[in-house]
Amino acid sequence: MLSRTAENLYWLARYVERAEYLARTIDATLRVTALPAAYIGKTNEWDSALLTAGVAESFYQIHEEANEHNVVDYLSFSADNPSSIRNCIEAARLNSRSVRTALTSEMWDTINSAWIELQAVWSKGTSTREDLAKFLRFVQETSLRFDGSAYRTMLRNDAYWFSRLGLHLERADNTARILDVKYHVLLPEEEHVGGPLDFYQWSSILRSVSALTAYHWVYRETLKPWLVADLLILNGTLPRSLASCYDNLTRNLDQIGVAYGRQGPAQRHARGIRNRLEHSNMNDIFQHGVHEFIQEFISDNSRLGEIITKQYLI
Amino acid sequence: MAVAFDEMNIPGGDLRPAYQELARWLKETPPEALEYRRQEAELLFRRIGITFAVYGDSESTERLIPFDVIPRIMSGKEWTLLEKGLKQRVKALNMFLRDIYHGRDILRAGIVPEDLIFQNPVFRPEMNGQQVPHDVYVHIAGIDIIRVDAEDFIVLEDNARTPSGVSYMLENREIMMRLFPDLFARHRVAPVERYPDELLSALRSVAPNSASGEPTVALLTPGVYNSAYYEHSFLADKLGIELVEGRDLIVKNNEVFMRTTEGVKRVDVIYRRVDDDFLDPLTFRPDSALGVPGLMSAYAAGNITLANAVGTGIADDKAIYSYMPEIVKFYLGEEPILKNVQTWRCREPKDLAYVLDHLGDVVVKEVHGSGGYGMLIGPAATKATIEAFREKLKREPEGFIAQPTLALSTCPTCTASGLAPRHVDLRPFVLTGSKSTTIVPGGLTRVALKEGSLVVNSSQGGGTKDTWILDE
Repeated sequence: MLSRTAENLYWLARYVERAEYLARTIDATLRVTALPAAYIGKTNEWDSALLTAGVAESFYQIHEEANEHNVVDYLSFSADNPSSIRNCIEAARLNSRSVRTALTSEMWDTINSAWIELQAVWSKGTSTREDLAKFLRFVQETSLRFDGSAYRTMLRNDAYWFSRLGLHLERADNTARILDVKYHVLLPEEEHVGGPLDFYQWSSILRSVSALTAYHWVYRETLKPWLVADLLILNGTLPRSLASCYDNLTRNLDQIGVAYGRQGPAQRHARGIRNRLEHSNMNDIFQHGVHEFIQEFISDNSRLGEIITKQYLI
Repeated sequence: MAVAFDEMNIPGGDLRPAYQELARWLKETPPEALEYRRQEAELLFRRIGITFAVYGDSESTERLIPFDVIPRIMSGKEWTLLEKGLKQRVKALNMFLRDIYHGRDILRAGIVPEDLIFQNPVFRPEMNGQQVPHDVYVHIAGIDIIRVDAEDFIVLEDNARTPSGVSYMLENREIMMRLFPDLFARHRVAPVERYPDELLSALRSVAPNSASGEPTVALLTPGVYNSAYYEHSFLADKLGIELVEGRDLIVKNNEVFMRTTEGVKRVDVIYRRVDDDFLDPLTFRPDSALGVPGLMSAYAAGNITLANAVGTGIADDKAIYSYMPEIVKFYLGEEPILKNVQTWRCREPKDLAYVLDHLGDVVVKEVHGSGGYGMLIGPAATKATIEAFREKLKREPEGFIAQPTLALSTCPTCTASGLAPRHVDLRPFVLTGSKSTTIVPGGLTRVALKEGSLVVNSSQGGGTKDTWILDE
């Protein structure tokens, strides 16, 4: 297939995934900040939301202080923020238009209908909490529909695999960023400084990656910070864990390699990251330093993006 | 101005045969039902994303072309005649182009004046003596036809460069069949769905000799911001070929390749929807980012077929248009089946004098204009506009032609106040391959939705209709 088509499919999936993640982050933050101050301590959760979205720097160039109003606006509706939900949806639609021939009509319809529907939201904004909740749900549902359409209607060929690469790379990045911002509440009990108040932080983290129920199914335990970290980093059964993302990335890259009869640096690099995740346990990670581990992962992951681009997309 | 030919009603109250069933159906169908279907159609168009962009219109960059749900109907007999005339005309266009870029018999015979060719900006000296595969220049032609009475079809304009609109012909039919199955059950309408297959086989048939047994065809688009982008992606999809932009193609050793995830792959035929000027920055406009550097040298080496060929603009130029009857006679030795609109060439002093005297009655068009821009419709223009145009005409008479205002035929059309006659034209699409010329029955009917308006262009508030040729 055309390199440009593969590139568009890859980015299209990334934008949709990112839009969903931003919607979940805002949702989770709204929930935490609705709690009485005594439950969440003094941290500014809206500042954390900006950090996990990776846009704190650009935000503070325009705003003095982060609060619900300006962060929700910046992450959702801002035309100036290149990775706002709005710009993700706009970019996804533009990408879809330029690769229409590689999309199934169901995928196109999902993006195009959402784009049409959201034009009204961009021009009017959301005036009430209820409107905002509806909007956030709509974005998440769009992503689910898009993903489901891709899964159910696309031919299993390179077009599908490249779009999956975009999805899992973005998803791994998002999960890792949450961990990066919140790692201090995930330290084992003995090293921990926050105390039981952090319960709400943990549940908030799980909620932002839709893993709260999964946690209980997997561990049958009350919320424990190192188990939260274990779930998000190493548990291969959780679709948003780093391990699961890398199972998928290596599989999709291998499928491309087989179809093209050739492996390359992308396959090797992805396998390397996957092996490291497979052979780690939480004890080692804590020894090594959670923060360092996550930072290393984030840079390895974005390196994979560059390698894929060089090998296939240009 | 003559009275417009009404395609449905015969003066005196009878219906023309082709419209009888439709009239019966309309009588049975309540207006609300029609309105409901009309809204449904609009929703479908928007969801499928059948939009176009209007240049210089910043408010809404993507718009729908209004779709009128009342079909325009022609009898099989009328179509047979039209088809014959179209094939004749396109054959002559191809022979004219071959001649202009080779022996130039027609210039030596004094039928078309030389300066009209050589001083014409759309004449491409690069094409002099260049062999194009199978001598086909115009693979896809869109010939704009109007009807002024029961007998006569008149060519308003030949489009031999990159004619658009065929996606609307195909989508209009799809949507009509979805919305009005009962109406179709009551007619025998000739299908149009073969078009993509016929286009693909025409394109494959003109592959260069150096192509492999299964030639690779690609559609070259200027990109998502082009007004006809929807059509480009639609056609690439239906033909099952890659939709490429200039940056996807590279030229190596005078061969054209596309960049793919598995390395480069040779391309043999390019159905290009990019104008000559932008095709190759090394040959034409150096500032073009839409083109492919080196494309013209691969073309000259005979390793790529461009459809349509480079330089076809010289055949559909409005100044050349007025010579088409003579061109048909010269190459084919036949009387033209399709007539031309009477045309005054403002470059000729006698014609110019006439036009200046009758500016209030005629339509004046720019020789190089298209899309309904830059024209003067005398009877509808204000005094000031006419005077301004008079100055333009005097300054550069060779830039203009003039034609009488024609009474385009009318068809019943949905309007705010119920069904009413509106003026229509027709653009059939003529495909020429190495062996044969084919035309899918019908074409794109464009309709001027404003009462009394004669401008059918989508950029000027025109709409479209499904076109039915009845199989008898």
